[in-house]
Amino acid sequence: MGLQQFLIIGAIIFFIGLFGSFTKRNTIVVLMCIELMFNAVNLTAVAMSRYLIPYSSVNGSGIEESILTGQVFSIFIITIAAAEITVGLAIVIVLVRNFKSVFVSDASELKY
Amino acid sequence: METDTALIIDIVFWVIAVCTIVSAIAVVVLKDVFRSALFLVVTFFGIAGMFLLLRAEFLAMVQILLYVGAISVLILFAVVLTRDVEQGSPFNSYLVPVLFVSGLILAGVIFVITNTDWNVSSADMTREQMTAIFSETSVLGNIAGLLITKYVLAFEAVSVVLLGAVIGALALVRRR
Repeated sequence: MGLQQFLIIGAIIFFIGLFGSFTKRNTIVVLMCIELMFNAVNLTAVAMSRYLIPYSSVNGSGIEESILTGQVFSIFIITIAAAEITVGLAIVIVLVRNFKSVFVSDASELKY
Repeated sequence: METDTALIIDIVFWVIAVCTIVSAIAVVVLKDVFRSALFLVVTFFGIAGMFLLLRAEFLAMVQILLYVGAISVLILFAVVLTRDVEQGSPFNSYLVPVLFVSGLILAGVIFVITNTDWNVSSADMTREQMTAIFSETSVLGNIAGLLITKYVLAFEAVSVVLLGAVIGALALVRRR
């Protein structure tokens, strides 16, 4: 168990999410795959800040502050993910109401 | 005793890793949307376990509260609301090229990760020093301090984004 294992697992989950969001037709599954990608990025950020400490005593930032930088970034990412899934599912509900379908390919009103 | 603990932690890590990746694959591959949402919950739990192994206990709790508690319930709610119109979740016609391209990029990323000479600065720290850092200082207090001092601008921006998202979601689903 080291930095590289965590990074590889994060990369695998990210690319599973990327693959799913490009290939699935159901909008809800696409949103789930985007959540997978957010989680992979969180894992990578926390692993980076746990193992690679950008420690410098020059500008006076303490070592615990350096360790926690990735966790603070993860908190921001989690908040953005919550906002994204809220708006996304509202869009899905409106899509179902207007088009009677959850498939991405059926919402083609703007397509020439 | 020390090596026994390290071995057990390694075993726990690999079990969590395999569970997380298998359930992430199941999210994508399964045809039933409800089942893939449930497998998404398993993935969230696996990531929370990874956070615990990385000594980010607060983030693990946030992960379980927010993702497992709130977001998965929201997704299940949406799945149930669209139940009468959905026909599973099939793949579209780009399955093979996307699989090829993303597999290629993943192979490249893994190659880069394994071949980079990471300057792991915690390696020259002993296990006791690492434990001392995490047990003597209050992690939660330091996170809170960082949020309201160094990253206060991002914190406020994120609050505005969240407020906008809530208002936008309410405005979208409102019936006229």
